Amino acid sequence: MTTLPDRPDFDLIASWVEPGQRVLDLGCGDGSLLKRLINERNVQGWGVEIDDANILAALQNGINVIQSNLENGLADFADQAFDHVVLSRTLQTVRHTEGILNEMLRVGRAAVVSFPNFAYWRNLRALLDGRMPVSEDLPYQWYDTPNARFFTLLDFEALCRQMGLSIRERQVLDEAGQRVEATRDEDINFLGSLAVYRLTRTR
Amino acid sequence: MAGQSVGVVAAQRLDFSEPLHLRSGGVLPSYDLMVETYGTLNAAKSNAILICHALSGHHHVAGHYTDQPGNIGWWDNIIGPGRPLDTDKFFVVGLNNLGGCHGSTGPSSINPASGKPWGADFPMLAVSDWVTAQARLADRFGIDQWAAVMGGSLGGMQALRWSITFPERVRHAIVIASAPKLSAQNIAFNDVARQAILTDPDFHGGHYYDYGTRPLRGLRLARMLGHITYLSDDQMGEKFGRELRNNAFSFDFDVEFEVESYLRYQGDKFAGYFDANTYLLMTKALDYFDPARLDDGDLVKALGRTDPKTGFLVASFTTDWRFSPARSREIVAALLANGRNVSYAEIDLNFGHDSFLMEDAHYHGVVAAYLRNITL
Repeated sequence: MTTLPDRPDFDLIASWVEPGQRVLDLGCGDGSLLKRLINERNVQGWGVEIDDANILAALQNGINVIQSNLENGLADFADQAFDHVVLSRTLQTVRHTEGILNEMLRVGRAAVVSFPNFAYWRNLRALLDGRMPVSEDLPYQWYDTPNARFFTLLDFEALCRQMGLSIRERQVLDEAGQRVEATRDEDINFLGSLAVYRLTRTR
Repeated sequence: MAGQSVGVVAAQRLDFSEPLHLRSGGVLPSYDLMVETYGTLNAAKSNAILICHALSGHHHVAGHYTDQPGNIGWWDNIIGPGRPLDTDKFFVVGLNNLGGCHGSTGPSSINPASGKPWGADFPMLAVSDWVTAQARLADRFGIDQWAAVMGGSLGGMQALRWSITFPERVRHAIVIASAPKLSAQNIAFNDVARQAILTDPDFHGGHYYDYGTRPLRGLRLARMLGHITYLSDDQMGEKFGRELRNNAFSFDFDVEFEVESYLRYQGDKFAGYFDANTYLLMTKALDYFDPARLDDGDLVKALGRTDPKTGFLVASFTTDWRFSPARSREIVAALLANGRNVSYAEIDLNFGHDSFLMEDAHYHGVVAAYLRNITL
């Protein structure tokens, strides 16, 4: 995943992670999030990446990084080995959506997931205008996108209910990275460009 | 090639008079180790990296000798000023392991008890024995803790063994193209190689030195077989295909296909300088390597003996079928289960097991990036 120097979802994730925790970042890119969590929260972190250039960049950043394909699951990781397992702006690129969510909550006590909300009003307007949306959080053309799944905040929450996952935190951001303040879920779904969740398995 | 060679180097012979009790129950009353060093050991002695060699390696890891400009160290491409293992930063130590045939005490050395070459009487060795001898070598240099212990293949196994046996003496272990233990198939290949040597009429039960002969045919076959396992099918196909030396079948058993020519050349070359008894010992050490054995086969438990502060870099090559990426992942998974700091790169290179010796921008970039973050 591309890494922006100042990512608002990182602020949220950093605020949810407790000092000293073990964090696994799936699709960690160059390790920016982990580096920040190590510096700010003194976590012990590991990243997972498939891309050679990102493996190299993460190593250059001094981050533990494991080269692996998320589509093959997380077989190299033991049950409940991490406090938080992060999947930042990557869920929409994974084909085995339920598989990866189940794996995240097998190896981790909690999962942090962020993804672009397809129902964001600008995306809907683009579609009404007859074109696939291209935005801050969906920055690709239809023909070169790594995204395999297009879904909305409400779709995701329905899947969580279906899978027995509890939503512990939810923050929704607009394209400028500002928190969307609305009471009705339908309004948040319409106004939010990026959704960030903290999930646990319902016990 | 990025960076520079370390240039002219010289080997030194260090003798150790304290007896070494071996895993097999044997004892070496005293022994010599051949050693080369590159770079400068800093005052804190915190910048030393040990390079462990594989099956046929030795202490001449980098650079060349004044009188032999063409005799370049076996891992020269990764070591030197500005190279991934930067000798402006690190003090690098290479040695020829015990049992070797490049000057360290081995089967072709004189057995003080008999005044004749050890031959088959040389005690069996395990990876842990090498590591013990290497620890004494570290003591000799006054190095309490290696900044890193690094090796490929059997060398990677030594790095792993170091992290388990002397956890507080290893800040980083770099384990490349290796495995936590050999598979049945790996052992099977080794045994065919050994049988080739053991059944050579010139072997004389390992005492061939006394007969003024050497089991060259067996050693040559062993190397030919080994060499096949070091290369990838794709690479062999690209390099040799079904090319014929004379463009037509000759319907005899002389060299016809180019691959035959290549393997026979490699076999002859190797048999010309390597000692058969050393080959036997090295392959047995490979077979015996299984650091989880004393923990009931539990690799997680075995690697739990490593120091939580030790960092690990594990790397494998996609076309390596001798020690495939899956074998490296076993190591990675066991380290992760212990919460160890570990990174893993699966490098797409076409040279099979031998990839670890090759120069490749991404592979060397990974090693360089890891080493650059080691603080002294």
